[in-house]
Amino acid sequence: MRSRHRSAVGLAVAWVFCAGSSAADVKIAFIDPLSGGAASTGILAQKTHQFYIDAINAAGGLNGEKIELLSFDNKVNPQESLIQLKKALDEGARYVVQGNGSSIAHAITEAVLKHNERNPGKEVVFLNYAAVDPALTNEKCNFWHFRFDADADMKMAAMTDVIAKDKRIQKVYLINQDYSFGKAVAAAAGKMLAEKRPDIKIVGDELHPLQKVQDFSPYVAKIKASGADTVITGNWSNDMVLLIKAGKDAGLKVKWETFYGGSPGTVTAVGEAGVDTLKQISEWHKNAAPELDSTVAAFGKRFPGKENEYTYWRAKTMWEMFAAAAKKAQSNDPVKVAKALEGMKMQTSLGEVEMRADNHQMLQPLYVSTLAKSPKYDVEATGLGWKSDAKVEGKMTALPTTCKMERPR
Amino acid sequence: MGPRVRGDDSVTTWPMLELATVSLLNGVVYGLLLFMLTSGLTLIFSMMGVLNFAHASLFMLGAYLSYQFGRWVGFWPALVIAPLACSLIGAAIERYGLRHVHRSGHVAEILFTFGLAYVIEELVTMIWGRNAVANSVPAVIDFPLFSVFGSSFPAYKGLMMAISVAMFVFLYLALKRTRIGLIIQAALTHPQMVSALGHDVPGVFVLVFAIGSALAGLAGVIGGFMLLTQPTLAHAVGPIVFVIVVVGGLGSLAGALFASLLIGIMQTFAVAVDYSLLDLFRALGIGVTRTSPMYEFYSIKLATAAPIVPYLLLVLMLIVRPRGLLGTRDV
Repeated sequence: MRSRHRSAVGLAVAWVFCAGSSAADVKIAFIDPLSGGAASTGILAQKTHQFYIDAINAAGGLNGEKIELLSFDNKVNPQESLIQLKKALDEGARYVVQGNGSSIAHAITEAVLKHNERNPGKEVVFLNYAAVDPALTNEKCNFWHFRFDADADMKMAAMTDVIAKDKRIQKVYLINQDYSFGKAVAAAAGKMLAEKRPDIKIVGDELHPLQKVQDFSPYVAKIKASGADTVITGNWSNDMVLLIKAGKDAGLKVKWETFYGGSPGTVTAVGEAGVDTLKQISEWHKNAAPELDSTVAAFGKRFPGKENEYTYWRAKTMWEMFAAAAKKAQSNDPVKVAKALEGMKMQTSLGEVEMRADNHQMLQPLYVSTLAKSPKYDVEATGLGWKSDAKVEGKMTALPTTCKMERPR
Repeated sequence: MGPRVRGDDSVTTWPMLELATVSLLNGVVYGLLLFMLTSGLTLIFSMMGVLNFAHASLFMLGAYLSYQFGRWVGFWPALVIAPLACSLIGAAIERYGLRHVHRSGHVAEILFTFGLAYVIEELVTMIWGRNAVANSVPAVIDFPLFSVFGSSFPAYKGLMMAISVAMFVFLYLALKRTRIGLIIQAALTHPQMVSALGHDVPGVFVLVFAIGSALAGLAGVIGGFMLLTQPTLAHAVGPIVFVIVVVGGLGSLAGALFASLLIGIMQTFAVAVDYSLLDLFRALGIGVTRTSPMYEFYSIKLATAAPIVPYLLLVLMLIVRPRGLLGTRDV
């Protein structure tokens, strides 16, 4: 009985190895939260990446090879991410995709750099679609990391440009999550407002624990007591939804200048109270272009339901640029693809995008938008949707960088 | 510039008084929410000696069921149906699960309820999905009840406070003043004797577990409006519930109420305090500079550390007074 058991295990192992070695696919590892509190964002991103990868495969693949997306659950934990990265490399992945959490992106980019130094010929490229700590393309930049989302400073620059023009804004309250990204948002807001509108008073600079607060009423009471007319926040997921919900409950009358006012559940939570007061900065929203993009509509058909509300436009840009880079390189080798990605320009339906060669930061158009009633396309079936206040062209979002990277010969 | 709201003037005149009043109110609201959460757990623990790790999951189930029934039959019926459904589920858990595990002792019970929490979380995910459902406050209780210094106080929070206080009164009277309460208390310490007197002891346990679960469900109905109704809800509120039970004293109802309010108010006020250890040192004339060891730690504002306050209290309580504030036996 026992030996039969063992041989069955042996057979299974052998089968797994055969399956691993026989395929000549391009393996791409997706490392993000797929369980726990942040799973909803991770799973939505997973579906989006799969959707665009399927499109590449349907069009003949990457230089004739099929892309296979391998998913790894990192539970939004840097240590766990490194374990999963190791697993991914063992399974033959040469590209890594990650986005949720800058602390994790820092861990991955460092690990990738070390791996590539020690394993010439087996280099790995890191495609970052959402971790926006500016350090990743400045002092901590490296050749292997490419970011497809605008960093916190770029978003803040666009946001403060719009704020600077609104003379009604006099007192600003900053509330952010207590980790690298939240601190970066607060620092950027303080610095840029001082330059663009020195008359604006920062009446509060709050950091709260990441995804731990259940009741934001005490924070709202503090915002109210400060007399702020505008709140700037980089909060995402539950921290965004609960904050704005508490504000609504207390009847707090402020403008919400947010990075992630469009994150799932936020518009549902705030409802009509958010009309004209909730603003977000993003690379896309449903009403950014007069007509809905055909891939966005197709995504909605393939993944119906509220929890699949299309969010990651930058994933579309990322995969299109990735496929174009592989085509230009005439190879799927990560080093060659990375070199082709550097400085690559592309035209999208929203404008020109460019992967900066000096720090591997993508430049893409950004939109400042406000929640409005009965737009052409609404979100989460609320009858409310985003309306553009301002569009910043990709080129205009570029900021100076301190990045000095070593390139492979 | 829009028309100035009358309450706005007070902002500049009495900012501290305003913040203190609103914080106290928020603290009491949060405290009473915590009590709603713990009352059922305290009941089950004090009467049956079972530390129910799935309690927060039943709370979550209450939130989901009220959302679902609310969509079908409206809010008021859902307010009754959801807790009833939870009590039936609770009764079934006791009758077909816990009763058998009970024979193997407390560790087995804890492991059983621990596993149950995961099962409920997975079931909820399967039925309602991973994202938060749109469990918005129904129109009948979605209006400002009154306003303090220009901050409005929503009616559903008022309802929550009323239900929480009613829970305390109901439990207190039921246990101390009724015959069934007497039998329940006796059944815990002298099951054989109570059984010999002709009472159905296993039936009493089912009843207690059902009532405890119903209380969790009722708390979930209201709590679901204040928090996010999503599969991680149980996980988010689970730890704090145990802090309250330990701080208040295992099995003490009054202790649970006291600890809930204490923690609610402490946490709320901590958020309002923008001072750090650094400020304290400076006030005392102790020179601390950027190069001093642990400078980073000293400069953390109390407001930033607010959410760890309850856990700090838990640790202190276990060291200084393991039986809790009003408890009668050690942890």
